[in-house]
Parts: sequence; C-alpha cells; structure tokens
Amino acid sequence: MTNLIEIENLGFDYGDRPLLSAINLHFPRNKVVAVMGGSGSGKTTILRLIGGLLTPRSGQVRLAGEVIGKPGSTALYKQRRKMGMLFQHGALFTDLTVFENVAFPLREHTTLPKSLLHDLVLLKLDAVGLRNAAHLKPAEISGGMARRVALARAVALDPQLIMYDEPFAGLDPISMGVTANLIRRLNDALGSTSILVSHDVHESFEIADYVYFLSEGHIVAQGTPTEMMASTHPYVEQFVHGKAEGPVPFHYPGKSLARDLGMNEA
Amino acid sequence: MMSNLIVRTITQLGRWVRVSVIELGLAFRTLCAIVMGGLNLWKRPRLVTTQLHFIGNYSLIIILVSGLFVGFVLAYQGYYTLSRYGSAEALGLLVALSLVRELGPVITALLFAGRAGTSLTAEIGLMKAGEQLAAMEMMAINPIHRVLAPRFVAGFIAMPILAMLFTAMGIGGGYLVGVQLIGVDEGAFWSQMQAGVDLWDDIGNGIVKSIVFGFAVTFIAIYQGYQAQPTPEGVSRATTRTVVLSSLMVLWLDFVLTALMFN
Amino acid sequence: MQQNKLLDFWVGLFVLLGALALLFLALKVGNMSSLSLHSSYSVITKFDNIGGLKVRAPVKSAGVVVGRVGDIKFDDHTYQAIVTLQLDNRYKFPKDSSAKILTSGLLGEQYIGLEPGGDVNALVAGDSIKMTQSAMILENLIGQFLFSKAAEGKGNNQ
Repeated sequence: MTNLIEIENLGFDYGDRPLLSAINLHFPRNKVVAVMGGSGSGKTTILRLIGGLLTPRSGQVRLAGEVIGKPGSTALYKQRRKMGMLFQHGALFTDLTVFENVAFPLREHTTLPKSLLHDLVLLKLDAVGLRNAAHLKPAEISGGMARRVALARAVALDPQLIMYDEPFAGLDPISMGVTANLIRRLNDALGSTSILVSHDVHESFEIADYVYFLSEGHIVAQGTPTEMMASTHPYVEQFVHGKAEGPVPFHYPGKSLARDLGMNEA
Repeated sequence: MMSNLIVRTITQLGRWVRVSVIELGLAFRTLCAIVMGGLNLWKRPRLVTTQLHFIGNYSLIIILVSGLFVGFVLAYQGYYTLSRYGSAEALGLLVALSLVRELGPVITALLFAGRAGTSLTAEIGLMKAGEQLAAMEMMAINPIHRVLAPRFVAGFIAMPILAMLFTAMGIGGGYLVGVQLIGVDEGAFWSQMQAGVDLWDDIGNGIVKSIVFGFAVTFIAIYQGYQAQPTPEGVSRATTRTVVLSSLMVLWLDFVLTALMFN
Repeated sequence: MQQNKLLDFWVGLFVLLGALALLFLALKVGNMSSLSLHSSYSVITKFDNIGGLKVRAPVKSAGVVVGRVGDIKFDDHTYQAIVTLQLDNRYKFPKDSSAKILTSGLLGEQYIGLEPGGDVNALVAGDSIKMTQSAMILENLIGQFLFSKAAEGKGNNQ
C-alpha cells in the first residue's frame, strides 16, 4: 500500500461552525507532506483527527487501511503505538528531566534493561543535539530546545508516522533551519512518513515532497513545492508570496466602516 | 407575556436537568475508569507511593498542628461547661468522643480538601492546559490510568491515616491542657475515656467515615482538574470548585453517616 | 535511584505514624483493654423492668467487672425481659447468686450487680439466676414519694 494515511470525505465541526468540509488527503509512505494554510483553517484539527484525539462528523481516516479507532478503545491505542506527535509547544512533562521525558515512552511500552534504555535515550537526544542537556528540567531550557527534546521523545519508539504541529512557530532562523533539517533527516533515517502542519513557506518547501493548501474548510490546492511556487491560484499566490491583498481578507467580516461610524453609505 | 416567561423558565429547568444528568453520567464513567485503573496499580506500586508522599507527607504539618490546637480548645471549652455540673472528670471522655467520632474525620477532610485537593486539581488542570495529557494519549498511554488513578488511590489511603493522626494529636493536646494546665485528675481523664470510647462503635466508625471522605474528596479534586478549561481562569475556577464541592460533600456525607451509625 | 529510596523511606514513615496513631487510639483511648480476651459462659436472667440497661453494659461483683451483658430479649409469655449475661470464665458464682440492676452514680449508666449466694454448686453455661431485682424507675420513685407525703399529710390532719 502506497499511502500510510488516507483521509476520505472528512467533515468536522467546531461547535456549530463547520471547520472541514468533505476533504480528501493522501499521505504516501516515506514522504514528507506539508499541510499549510492560515491560522484557524483547521490544519491542527486534521492532525488531531488522525491521532484519534477528535472524532470526525463524517468521512473516514484510515491508517494503513484500518479506520482510526474510537477514543479510549484498545484499537486506537494500538494504532497510536505507530505514531509520534510533536505538539506546538513541546508538551514535555514538566516534573521530569529531559532524559526522563525521552525515556518515558520506552519505559511504558518496553521492558528494556536499564543500561540499554540509558544508551537508547542518549542516542535519541544525540540525534537532536541535546545529549548534554539530559539532566536538565524543561523549565531550564529554551523553547526551541524543549521542542527538540519533544521531537526526540516523539521518535523514541521509531514510529511509522511522525506528525509535527507548527514546529517552526516562534523559532529563530538558526533553530528553524536546524529543525527543518532534523525533520527531513529523521524521516529518511527511520523510513517513516511525516506530516508537517505549518504556515512557514520557506522552511516547509525546503523539505516537503508534497503540499496541501487548506482554506475555509477545503483543499484549495495541492502539489509539489515547485508546482506551488509557480501556481497562479489566487490563494496559493497570496500565501506563498506573502501578499497583503488576495482572497484572504484583511478585515474580520461584518459591518462596513461607514456604518460603524454612523455615516451614510455612499 | 406571562405564559411565555413560564414556558421559558420550565424549558430552562428541563435543560438544566438534562445537562446535570449528562454531567453526572460523565463523572460516574470517569470514576469507573479511575477505579479500574486503580485496581491495576498493584503491578506498579511505585506510582502510588510517589503520590502518597506528595499527598500524605506534605499534609502532615498542617494536620498535626491543627489537631493539637483543636485538642487544646476542646479541653478549655469542655472544662468550662463540664465544671458547671461538677463533671470535670469526664473531660477526657468529652475530648476523645468529639474527636474520634466527628472532629477527627471531618476537620481532616476539610483541611485535606484545601491543601491536597487544590494541589491535585491545579496539577492535573495545568497538565491538561500544557497538553501533557494529550501528549500522553498520543504516546498510547491512558492518562486516566497513569496520572489520575495513582493519585486517587494515594488520597484514599492517606486520608484515614491523617484523620487518625489528627485525632491522636487532639487527644494529646486535650491531655496537655486538661491535665497539665487546668489540673483535671489524670487517672479520671484516661479511665473515663477508656470506659466510654468503644473500639468498634466509635473508633471504627470514625475510620469508616474518613475512608468515605477520602474517596469523595480525592475524586472531586481529580475530576475537577481533569475537566478544567485549559486556561488560567479555568484552572482557578476548578480549584475553587474543588474546595467548595468537597467541603459541602464532606458535611453532607457526615450527616448521613452519623445518622446511620450513631442513632 | 537514591531519590526513590528516600521517597520510600518517607512514605514508610508516614504509614508507620498512622499505624502508631491507630494503636494509641485502640489501646489508650478505646475500651479494648477492658474487652474480655478470655472466653466466657452465658447465664440467663429475667427482669420485670430493665430500665436503661444496654447490651455490652458491665456486669460487676464487688465493684469489679466480671462480665458483660450479651443479649436482651423480650418474653411475650411471661412479659419479662430476658437478659443473657456473658461471665468471664475465670470467675465462678454460686447457683443461688442474685442479680440487681444498679445505676452508676445518680444519673449514670445502668449495669448489673451480681451478689453471690451460699450454694456450694457453681453456675454453669446455660443456667439461669432465679433472684433478680429490676431497675429503679425514677418516675415510680417520685410517684411513691408524693403518694407517701400525701398519706402522711392526711394522717396528721386526723
């Protein structure tokens, strides 16, 4: 099977407001796929739907042909063993050290002897460049470093699917480059499939094999980064080149300014 | 106009009932999940002992000191009333019965709700706000089993122990004030107490009360944290609810248990 | 790992403190020391009125606790109270001993006072005590007092 994840006709509502409407996405094995769009477009929601943290209103999400299980079910927990997720702010366990954070999934799911576990954790930390910070607590390291630790934790069990929720948000240019590099290298080294949710065009296009553009609950464009750069679709153009004017409005929808100021409309 | 208001009020009432039933159902289902998780914990005792340390040991100072002072006050006030009827020798009995049957379990539960309950709520609420619980779910680990259940079992064990310590300190405090300070006869103090405090009816029932309180307060604290809105205001509101709900629940349960046990 | 050992120590200390508190309460505060750990034999007594006698009230002889009230029932043929006494095995009483219901202090709890008789044979399990004296009911006493006062007054006026 060429697609690890298949999303078919997916619909999801945020309260009463429809967020996603009958969208279709495919995530082929061993590829890095970026899902991009403006804030609030539903990109993070797609990750949570794949991870089973949310349940779709309609449609299906399939992992290697199997529908994602209901929340709390054994089937879902088994499927999650194949996934690793990097949350936007790391979501490290603040009462544990860096070492213990990365060791956590290993301790819970395997019965490795202490020495082997110790070496494995240090190797994972070494892959993200933080082996010498192993004894520190999350409060003692910077946000960028915390995110790298979270990445090491997400890949601790060598998952088939790695999901990144806004991995570049709030990072300095050097850290951004380092992180992008890591995402690509890890994907290739582990033979995994990566889904990258971001609105950073430059970094994402450097490492992604395929891109989906999400706007107002629909997939408005998809293709390779090169194709997207050259695309003439108005939304893609506004997004990729960072233009102020385009299909995405600047003003929050509602009354006109004239009306608010009590003047007659021209 | 009037009928409109009546219809609206009745609809509100109906909606409130529906929402309450759903919430109670969710609370009960969570409780069952926590208890199931708790039963599995015998394979991992370290999780429970770690929590027992944070919940039990860190409450020791407040419980011991409060117990001592409650004992002091009981002796003072009790002596004042008893001596008017020439029954000052029954002071030991008065102090012991008040503490063993009522004040020990109830005051310990209230202090526990304030100290350990709020810290449990805040900790779990903040873990939820920082997405730590979601991260755990994504690592295929059920946070109800890994985070909530050990804290529940620990609270359940810690409460009776703390209540007994409170009672013992209180009786000691009563002795210090009654016998050493005021001068009630030492022999009468202890012998009247021993004659009047029954092992099963009084001490046993007091322990049963504190176990029931432990169950209620710990669950309320954990559940409020688990259901908190993941914002600073949400966590703050959750901790307030923990203290208020726990206190009311303890006092209500105390009434029910007292009526059942001590009629 | 050292942190784990330290934690175990503190938790162990906590539980130990709790156990000590329980022991203190059970032995020094409660009536466990007076709970008979010796086996007992049961003796039946019948009373016209037991007043406020309760189960587990003490049975005393010469002021010493020699047993406890085991069971209190009602006989609806003779309309009397049937009180089962659990007497400590260590103490033997003559078959013609008598049982009275007494009050400790003026308004205190009621207990059973056992007065030995002169029989050479001792009470055994299942025996019954023939001579009993019921409890003094305060209302009856007051009634008697008022009645005798009234009778005295009438006598003086004659």
